[in-house]
Amino acid sequence: MPEVLKAPLVVEFPFTRSLGPVQSAFLTGLRERVVLGVRTGDGRILVPPVEYDPVTSEEVGELVEVAATGTVTTWAWNHEPRRGQPLDRAFAWVLVRLDGADTALLHALDAPGGPDSVRTGMRVRVRWARERSGAITDIACFEPHEAHEPGGADEPAAHDGRFENPVTGIVAPARLDYTYSPGRAQSAYLHALTERRVVGERCPSCRKVYVPPRGACPTCGVATSERVDVGPRGTVTTYCIVNIKAKNLDIEVPYVYAHIALDGADLALHGRIGGIPYDRVRMGLRVEPVWPDGGGHPDHYRPTGEPDADYETYKELL
Amino acid sequence: MPAPRPLRDIAVVAFAQTDHRRTSDELSEVEMLMPVLHEVLAQTGLKTGEVGFTCSGSTDYLAGRAFSFTMALDGVGAWPPISESHVEMDGAWALYEAWTKLLTGDADTALVYAYGKSSPGSVRDVLTRQLDPYYLAPLWPDSVALAALQAQALIDAGHTDEPALAAVASRSRASAAGNPHAQLRGPVPRGGYAVRPLRTGDCPPVGDGAAAVILAAGERARELCERPAWIRGIDHRIEAHGLGVRDLTDSPSTRLAAERAGVFERPVDTAELHAPFSSQEVVLRKALRLDDGVTVNPSGGALAANPVMAAGLVRIGEAADRIRRGESDRALAHATSGPCLQQNLVAVLEGDPR
Repeated sequence: MPEVLKAPLVVEFPFTRSLGPVQSAFLTGLRERVVLGVRTGDGRILVPPVEYDPVTSEEVGELVEVAATGTVTTWAWNHEPRRGQPLDRAFAWVLVRLDGADTALLHALDAPGGPDSVRTGMRVRVRWARERSGAITDIACFEPHEAHEPGGADEPAAHDGRFENPVTGIVAPARLDYTYSPGRAQSAYLHALTERRVVGERCPSCRKVYVPPRGACPTCGVATSERVDVGPRGTVTTYCIVNIKAKNLDIEVPYVYAHIALDGADLALHGRIGGIPYDRVRMGLRVEPVWPDGGGHPDHYRPTGEPDADYETYKELL
Repeated sequence: MPAPRPLRDIAVVAFAQTDHRRTSDELSEVEMLMPVLHEVLAQTGLKTGEVGFTCSGSTDYLAGRAFSFTMALDGVGAWPPISESHVEMDGAWALYEAWTKLLTGDADTALVYAYGKSSPGSVRDVLTRQLDPYYLAPLWPDSVALAALQAQALIDAGHTDEPALAAVASRSRASAAGNPHAQLRGPVPRGGYAVRPLRTGDCPPVGDGAAAVILAAGERARELCERPAWIRGIDHRIEAHGLGVRDLTDSPSTRLAAERAGVFERPVDTAELHAPFSSQEVVLRKALRLDDGVTVNPSGGALAANPVMAAGLVRIGEAADRIRRGESDRALAHATSGPCLQQNLVAVLEGDPR
């Protein structure tokens, strides 16, 4: 069995998210070094604030300002920070109940004294990020704050939540790294392409040949294992004319994108048709692959010059 | 208030799972899943076309591919067309959907399957993407870190300590010695801290796997299985997504789901708990009021094999198998989803009186 292929796969998205009135006030507040909470119907103050009371589901929106100091309610020592986490040296994850709040906020605690310097109940304060944009990361982290002060006794002051240039949305970039492996069947297909061959797999039950093979017959739900060379020539079963130029794609429009039934296959695959004016492409046109240098999928398919295939020979593959 | 009795008698009549492994590079998702589907169907003699409803659980984030469940459907044989649905959750929730479908009378049998290949990515990081995108996800708190915060809260509250957590892990893996499908079996070192106070031994193995269950209603269940595992009640509940809003030392959603599923009406003899971290078993035992008379996780539980998205369905399948083999008369199965036991499903399974 040929070696199963593997390749790095990075999935990366900048998610653009809009904020409601409460989250907008909270995140804009962080930019201005102000921490806001929201008061629920029964008088609790939620920090970070939300728009609906998680207990009663009542809409809430009465903002109050709480302190930038607080108490650790639980913690966990993270000796090996991972990509994207707030600090790049060992730190403690903490839930912090800020003075004036009834719920706790999750963040990082910079504790140069190591895990032995951290305990539940310890006093901490916000360390603001030098550059702030209106995001939870405007709090760079928390830091120990052992000074004794009255904090917590005062009723948090009401805040109208209004700031100049409020933040109404955030861009939350997400990136996940994978090592992708396509599995046995698709690895064999990709290996064959490097030799300018196209292989499919035959279903032991219905005898259909699938290309590209995915290891299973979607009709019978059984493994396909008998490898079959198909093509390289095939027949255009149906097509469309593309008039919109795709970004980063160096193909002049209009061009034709077609379903091509390779000889010996029972499923048509997709491909671009070249070497013929776009308005001369037709159902039944006989085509062959044009291979790129260095292997991989055919760059496109071009006419072979054979007579067109009879409709009866490919009507089941439309 | 006693839990309402379901409108129809519905049972788990078959269960199959893969051997759960650290990697399965040589197999695509559908290639990993297919043998399990064939096995569970073979147990009943049913063919795909004879199953009334099909429902699956999985997540695209594990493989990094959109709509990956549609590819997995190739393993079912969806022609002629079948009645099918999918949940982006553990397969236990797919089973819940199938159960409601059977309750309506629209179908008499259902195939439920779930799978997860964690090996292509880093599941600790992948799971951060299920968190609140405004306040949590930008900080990338990984699943082990969040469980560790919960573990420390339990230690501070005096509910457990590190040796007790180690004992949970050790008992689970000793039990798994009898489970040929488990990924970690027998003595497993406590290991160093992953995120303190949790050690590697307190954390689940990362692995790939799949599971499938067949449900059947009424007489159909008796035809397909000698001793069906009747679902006497099933319920699932969720808590606030804000971790700092919740009491992490308790699981009121599990307790409420258990109450609504009828767990507390009579004692159970077996409990299959979906507790990926040793500390979470402490929380669940308390929420479910399980005493030492209950056999907890005889399969080894999620500490022995944690195929993400299938581990909860495996709990239901393992509990049902105990009943089908006559080793249990009334079993509890639990599944969880989200950070620190945020969402919980509880089912009560019973065999016919002997």
